[in-house]
Amino acid sequence: MTKVTMNNDNRSIWVFGDYRNYFQNRVTLQLLARARELAPRIGAAVCAVIFGNHVDEYIREYIAHGAQTVYVCDHPRLKTYAVETFTTLTARLVMRYEPEIFLIGATDFGREFAPRAAKRLKTGLTADCVGLDINETGLLVQTAPSFGGNLIARIITPEARPQMATVRPGTFPERPHDDQATGQVIAIPFPEDIPCDRVRLVHSERKPPREQRIEDARIVICGGRGMGSRTKFKKLFEMARLMGAEVGATRPVVYSRWAEHDSLVGQAGKHVHPQVLFSFGVSGAIQHTAAIHDADLIIAVNKNPHAAIMKMADVAIVADASQFCSALIRELRKRIRE
Amino acid sequence: MLKLLVCIKQVPMVTELPWDAATGSLKRYMAEGMMNPACKHALEAAVQIKSLYGAHITVLSMGPPAAEEVLREALAMGADRGVLLTDPRMAGADTLITSHTLAMAIRKQCPDFDLILCGSCTSDSETAQVGPQIAEALDIAGAAYAAHIAIEGRTVQVQRECDDFLETLEMEMPALVTIATTGHHPRYASLPGLQNAFECGDIAVLDADAIGLEPGTSGMKASPTRILDVYTPTAGKTNVILKGAAPKMAQTLFERFGDRLSGAMAKDLKTHEHDDFHDESDDE
Ligand SMILES: Cc1cc2nc3c(=O)[nH]c(=O)nc-3n(C[C@H](O)[C@H](O)[C@H](O)COP(=O)(O)OP(=O)(O)OC[C@H]3O[C@@H](n4cnc5c(N)ncnc54)[C@H](O)[C@@H]3O)c2cc1C
Repeated sequence: MTKVTMNNDNRSIWVFGDYRNYFQNRVTLQLLARARELAPRIGAAVCAVIFGNHVDEYIREYIAHGAQTVYVCDHPRLKTYAVETFTTLTARLVMRYEPEIFLIGATDFGREFAPRAAKRLKTGLTADCVGLDINETGLLVQTAPSFGGNLIARIITPEARPQMATVRPGTFPERPHDDQATGQVIAIPFPEDIPCDRVRLVHSERKPPREQRIEDARIVICGGRGMGSRTKFKKLFEMARLMGAEVGATRPVVYSRWAEHDSLVGQAGKHVHPQVLFSFGVSGAIQHTAAIHDADLIIAVNKNPHAAIMKMADVAIVADASQFCSALIRELRKRIRE
Repeated sequence: MLKLLVCIKQVPMVTELPWDAATGSLKRYMAEGMMNPACKHALEAAVQIKSLYGAHITVLSMGPPAAEEVLREALAMGADRGVLLTDPRMAGADTLITSHTLAMAIRKQCPDFDLILCGSCTSDSETAQVGPQIAEALDIAGAAYAAHIAIEGRTVQVQRECDDFLETLEMEMPALVTIATTGHHPRYASLPGLQNAFECGDIAVLDADAIGLEPGTSGMKASPTRILDVYTPTAGKTNVILKGAAPKMAQTLFERFGDRLSGAMAKDLKTHEHDDFHDESDDE
């Protein structure tokens, strides 16, 4: 086992290695990239921590993507994610190495694990950040949305350490893969005194994948109650097919079963960040618009020019949603060069 | 009998945001309150457990005095007893301190609980942190985002979606589970039920001393995080408004935004040629 001497002058920024779902979920790499940008401003090194079993390939990936040191605890007891065990391991490592900053991807697991680790360490934690910076006094400024993205708060943790934040996937670009990068790997022996998790994972299966996830789509077409009927709503699927887009829906639409529940866009559903978002017959209730703020271009169609969605749209089209959709489909068919 | 405890938060009904730019805080007194949606799902889960297995349900809330309303609504939905923690000394707490306060109250008011249910997330601050942190504070098993929950003997079984996995988890009571808004359909409180809850519901109102909070361990002062500032992300949008006949507007859209559309579609589009259009009536 590697013997490590502690050196408190070595400031560090830690990134939690969340490797499950590796190919879909790049948030760990995104955080490593941002950490590398922030680290020089506080004279810190960037470290990844990873708990698992047979995780060598992820160690290499993290180093290739910016980790200068990787702390790894590799043990059969860690072959599935377990909140309590991960919390205990994290707390012990953090108390030993005292990182300044500890960043965790805001995956579902990250958002369950991070609060427990923060609680154990009696430090602050900012949820689901969409921005990270270092201020003039060297503190981490954590930008977090609340009220469904309608308010943005900037939060600091002045004294408690580490400064902890979960960060929304997709907030930062990752660094290009660098095969030549080298890093230090520090193996942490699994402490045999760690009790078994009180929560037992008795079954786990991958959700059947959708062809394209609406969260990743470059064009999203959201339909609301103003589409009028299930039959008219179907036009949106035709439009989506022509554009290579994904269809999203508001809650009343999902409740009336014009669309599947997993296409719900909003506070209770999916967050989208397409290049272009079409919105047909949607009023623009805050619980829905919370999830579409990140769209680069919003084109809204509503017969009511004063609907809230029309105010946040870049292009507000005053029209019957279903009729305009038909017109748009005809226009698209004419213009697409096959 | 099972002893259930449900943590409930009153949140502003956010149709518009009563944000006070001068003081940098939410004018909570202006916002009409409602029960946080996920907390309502947690309560529904508790009421369903009660009707299946028999249980006593305590609902616990920390908030301003007005939060008593959501506790009364909870009683009308089927809870048996409400506990409101209200004290200016508790105000402005972040999640670390909120979970400490709630855990203290649970130890004082309901130490023999079997199962604690929380909403997975609140609609205002959206951290999803308080539930897991209460589990940590009480040193009990905990699971987040449950869609379904079942009880057999002392075992709690939870089904949930977590990062593209469908998981089944089991743990022994005492335990804490946070409930997502996917698996339950919260009942409406009946009018007579509400009337009854408002007239004779059992609600205890407690301050920091009553739950034994040490001075300096509650509220904003004790919280490790500080809010620097808060703002609304009002993007200076150039809002284009189109009116008129649908086919004409569809053409205009392509003429003006065709480049962005074709970029997003990754397909070439003819942006400037067009045929004459026929104003066909809308098909059903
Ligand atoms: C806790 C909570 C969570 C919620 N979560 C979500 C969520 O995740 N996602 C979500 O979408 N909603 C959510 N909602 C519901 C949300 O508040 C709104 O009720 C919902 O988004 C409204 O959907 P809508 O715009 O389709 O319908 P409506 O509000 O009924 O709006 C229909 C719009 O269509 C327009 N219209 C009508 N006829 C036509 C026509 N012929 N042509 C053009 N326009 C027309 C109208 O002018 C109107 O603006 C939530 C609510 C709560 C309380």
